[in-house]
Amino acid sequence: MGAYILRRLIMLIPVMLIVGIVVFMLVHITPGDPAAVMLGDRATGEQIDQLRQAMGLDEPLPVQFVDWFSHALRLDFGDSFFLDMPVTQALRERAQPTLLLTSYALFFEIIIGVPAGVIAAIKRNSILDRALMVLSIAGAAIPTFFLGIVLILIFAVRLKWVPSGGYVPIQEDPAAHFKSMILPAFTLGFSAAGLLARLVRSSMLDVMRDDYIRTAMAKGLKFRKVITGHALRNALIPAVTVVGYSLGALLGGAVVTETVFTIPGMGRLVVQSIARRDYPLIQGAVMLTAAIYVLVNLLVDILYVYIDPRIRYGS
Amino acid sequence: MVVETPIDSTQSIEEMGQTISALDRRPERRWLTSLKGNRFALAAAIVIVILVVMAVLAPWIAPKDPKFIDPSLRLLSPGAGHRFGTDEFGRDVLSRVIYGARVSLLIGAGVTLFSAIIGAVLGLVSGYYARFDTPIMRLMDGMMAFPSILLAIAIMASLGPSTRNVFIALTVVYVPTIARLVRGSTLVLKQQPFVESARSIGMRDHSILAKYVFPNALSPLIVQCTFVLAFAIISEASLSFLGAGVPPDEPSWGNMLRDGQKLIQRAWWMAIFPGIFLVITVLAFNILGDGLRDALDPRARER
Repeated sequence: MGAYILRRLIMLIPVMLIVGIVVFMLVHITPGDPAAVMLGDRATGEQIDQLRQAMGLDEPLPVQFVDWFSHALRLDFGDSFFLDMPVTQALRERAQPTLLLTSYALFFEIIIGVPAGVIAAIKRNSILDRALMVLSIAGAAIPTFFLGIVLILIFAVRLKWVPSGGYVPIQEDPAAHFKSMILPAFTLGFSAAGLLARLVRSSMLDVMRDDYIRTAMAKGLKFRKVITGHALRNALIPAVTVVGYSLGALLGGAVVTETVFTIPGMGRLVVQSIARRDYPLIQGAVMLTAAIYVLVNLLVDILYVYIDPRIRYGS
Repeated sequence: MVVETPIDSTQSIEEMGQTISALDRRPERRWLTSLKGNRFALAAAIVIVILVVMAVLAPWIAPKDPKFIDPSLRLLSPGAGHRFGTDEFGRDVLSRVIYGARVSLLIGAGVTLFSAIIGAVLGLVSGYYARFDTPIMRLMDGMMAFPSILLAIAIMASLGPSTRNVFIALTVVYVPTIARLVRGSTLVLKQQPFVESARSIGMRDHSILAKYVFPNALSPLIVQCTFVLAFAIISEASLSFLGAGVPPDEPSWGNMLRDGQKLIQRAWWMAIFPGIFLVITVLAFNILGDGLRDALDPRARER
């Protein structure tokens, strides 16, 4: 087990190196001089030269990369060009809404996806099963921003139950906080729930064919007990992986969801930074998200070994 | 999972005969007939054909010029003159929706084609030649460590908003998925006796890859491509919605949703109609992809 974790940690090095190279290259694929692009049309030649020097753009590319990457590993992505503060600080100030939104979305994903999958599997080939599966494909087909707009139209514009956007920090007013987060969290969670439902369904169907289920039924256990006590426990093991991996998609989806619901999180900051050409900020946010994603996937894989004793990662 | 054997002992003699004659037919024919049996997938295919026709014939079908601005017709609700209403510049929403199909389908198809070609080459090389496997696959792993929309946004931020750059950004995003899939198929096919024998009679590697490996890796690739197409259409719309996609005056569904959201309180039709078309398009490709997967891989049908 220790050897497995160590090996996985070592494998992170090339992946993070490539992530770093890709993020670093983002600035350098900009057509023209990044410094000139960042400063806009009205910049003088002198200002551009200054920024070039500050960004180290005159150095050879490999030197620039080593310099940038060694700072990035210490979570130092330089200063945000527009906000006039370190990127890390800017991101930290915007982290709370994004992290909470992602957690609530994960909650919605699970409470929608798991029951839907289990019910579809138990009522296999019934109308209910078909309807749930069509809904799950539809869930994947509805872009989060469109679902968000439709929900805003219904629940904020027409019914006026919730605000159409904005964010209230949880420490200021918990009730208002949840009221402002329920639509965005549902929107984001629903988009991921379809895939989870389909996976839970197929993994339930697999498990229900197994011998121990037949045994449990044969010894006269109640159907409900067989499902919750035996089938579900095993069927949910692969679901853990999907939920873990979906965290990356949720973090990415948060960018779009935050824009729809005008939530001042990291994602919205990234989107605002596009027009401002705030490259250090975009680099920092992308790098950080990728790192979180990679680490979460690693944790999921390790967790998987703990919950499923049949799996032993050998060499 | 139950593996379906071609001939089941519980089958009647007639059924067995049918199974055998089904096996006799060329594989392409078999999945076509099987797709015909799937009403959902057939309906999806018809919807896609209609959308393609709509996109190709847009200049003849659209009632108005999608870029024609007439301030006197601002924000008209759907009615006789403008079935889907007008936007804040007095442009006809129906015409813009019809032209929007062009942007979505063109970008979706283009991105799928390019990422399939690049991904297939990378996957074949990586799966067939052990010495290229690690570098290529580590690169792909690195690319897949980004949430796809975030990587696309970052590339668009660097390249600047234009239709061509949306192509580039989304192709970069979807190549790794396809490369991984094709590599997987290649690794399996490489071990097959027919590849072994082709090699033993002295066939060159590129001919083996072209004649034996690639054709056999094609069906999962086609299935994956329908899903990539659907994802690419959503991603293009998302990028445009965020203001990092095709230029704002182009009639794309994502752009229309962006404009529509700002005026959602006053003009719901600006966002709802392009959104519905977007959903129908993506849904059609997803259902077609599911149908193709069932048809090409009968073992998956049980699930």
